[in-house]
Amino acid sequence: MLKIREKLQQTEVWKSIFRHNYQDTNRNRALQIVDNVFLHLHPVRIPRHATNIGFTWGMGGITFLLFLVLTITGVILMFYYRPAAEYAYEDMKYLMNDVAFGPLIRNMHRWAAHAMVITVMLHMFRVFLTGSYKPPRQFNWVVGVVLLVLTLLLSFTGYLLPWDQLAIWAVTVGTNMARATPLLGHQGPFGPELGMRIDNDVRFVLLGGTQVGPPTLLRFYVGHCIFLPLIATVFMAVHFWRIRKDGGISGPTSNGKE
Amino acid sequence: MDNPSESKVEAKETPKPQGVATPAFVEAPKPPTSVKPAAAGIKKPKQDRPPEDDPGIWRISRRNFFSVAGWAAFFVFLATSTVGTLRMMFPRILYEPPSAFKAGFPQDYLVDEVSEKYKDDYRVWIVREGEGFYALSAICTHLGCTPRWLSTENKFKCPCHGSGFRRSGINFEGPAPRPLERLKISLADDGQLLIDRNIKFLFEKGEWINPDSYLKYS
Repeated sequence: MLKIREKLQQTEVWKSIFRHNYQDTNRNRALQIVDNVFLHLHPVRIPRHATNIGFTWGMGGITFLLFLVLTITGVILMFYYRPAAEYAYEDMKYLMNDVAFGPLIRNMHRWAAHAMVITVMLHMFRVFLTGSYKPPRQFNWVVGVVLLVLTLLLSFTGYLLPWDQLAIWAVTVGTNMARATPLLGHQGPFGPELGMRIDNDVRFVLLGGTQVGPPTLLRFYVGHCIFLPLIATVFMAVHFWRIRKDGGISGPTSNGKE
Repeated sequence: MDNPSESKVEAKETPKPQGVATPAFVEAPKPPTSVKPAAAGIKKPKQDRPPEDDPGIWRISRRNFFSVAGWAAFFVFLATSTVGTLRMMFPRILYEPPSAFKAGFPQDYLVDEVSEKYKDDYRVWIVREGEGFYALSAICTHLGCTPRWLSTENKFKCPCHGSGFRRSGINFEGPAPRPLERLKISLADDGQLLIDRNIKFLFEKGEWINPDSYLKYS
C-alpha cells in the first residue's frame, strides 16, 4: 500500500497538482499557499491577532461562505425553476413537494440568503466598532458598501422568483418607490420636467413594463442569477485583494499592544 | 542590479527628442498672432525635425494619428453599444391590458353598488350612485397594492399596509397620503360604459368636478 502511494506521488499528474510536499520549513509552507490558485487568496503568513475570533468575529469569511452556499444551491435550483409566469410558481411548488431533496436545497438557499444579509450587517458593524474603516482601509469600506447594496439587491430580486402573491406585491411596493427617484422617476423631483413618464422612467426599465408582470420576472431572474452575482464577484475579488494591500487583516495593533 | 541603471539612462535619453518637439508645438500657434514675426524666423525649419515628431497641419504626428483614431473608434464603439444596450432595455411592445375598455351597459349595474367585475383584469371599480357613475382606480395611493372592497364596512381596505378609503375614494385611515384616483368614464357609441385608465382625475388637484370624471345617468 505504501509502495503504491509512493509510486503515485512520483507520477507526473500528482506532481502537477501537488507542487510541494509537507516539508515543514517556512519556505515550503509559504510556497504551498502561494502556488495554489485557491489558497493564494490567503496571506502567506498571518499575524498572531488574526486568529483571535473575538476581534473580527469572522463575519466577512462567514459572509463569503454563505455566498458560496448560495451560488451552489442556486445553481441546483436553476435545474428545476423556469422563470416564466406560467411555470415559476408551479416549479417552486414542485421543488417543495416532489423533487428529491428539493425542500432542503431551497430552504438552504432561503436561509443562507437571510443569514447573508445579517452577517453582512454584522461585518459592517464590527468594522465600524474596531475603526477598521479608517485609513489606509477607507477605500475598502467603500467597496464594502457597494457589496452591501449588491447583497440587498440580490435579496430583493430573489424575493420575486417564487411568483406568489407575497412576492408580487412586495416587489410592487418595492419598485413603486422607484417612481419617486430624483430625475429618473416619473413622480420624483425634476422627473416630469425631464420628460419622465410611467412608460419611460427608471421603474419601467426595472420592470420591463408599467406593472409587475412576466417581463419583470425574467428581468429579476437574469439579474438575480447572472448579472448581480457577476458584479458581486468582481467587487469581492477587489475587496479581498485590498485587505492584503491595506496591511492585512485588521487587528488591535494600532493600540500599541503588540 | 545593472538593469535598473540601464533603464534609467534610457529613460533620461528618450524624453529628449520629445522635449525638443514640445516647445515647437507650443510656439506654433504664436505666429498667427503676429506679436513676434522674428520668432517665427528663429524657429527651426520643418525638415530639421525627424518626421515622426513633425506635427504637420493636423498637429497630430503620423504615429499619433493611428493611436488617436484607434482610441476614438474604441470609445465610439463603447458609447454606441452602451446606448444601444440601454435602449434595448426599454420594450417597444407591452403585453399589458389596454388602457381603455368597455364595461357593459349602465343598466347592468345596481344603484349604490361598488362593482368589482373589472378589478381583476383592469384594476378598476365602477361605482353607481343615484345620479350616475364614477370609476375608481384600484391602485392604493400608498405603494400600489390593490385594496379590497369591504361592503359590510362600506370602505376600501388595502391589505399591504392598512390604508382605508371611503366609497367615494377619500382616504381616512392608514398611510395612504391621498385619495384614490378617479378615471375618465363616458358612454360609448353603442351605449356601453367606456373607461380610459390613462386619463386620471385627482381629488387633491380639484379634478373630481371635471365632467369627464363622472357620468350622469339616472
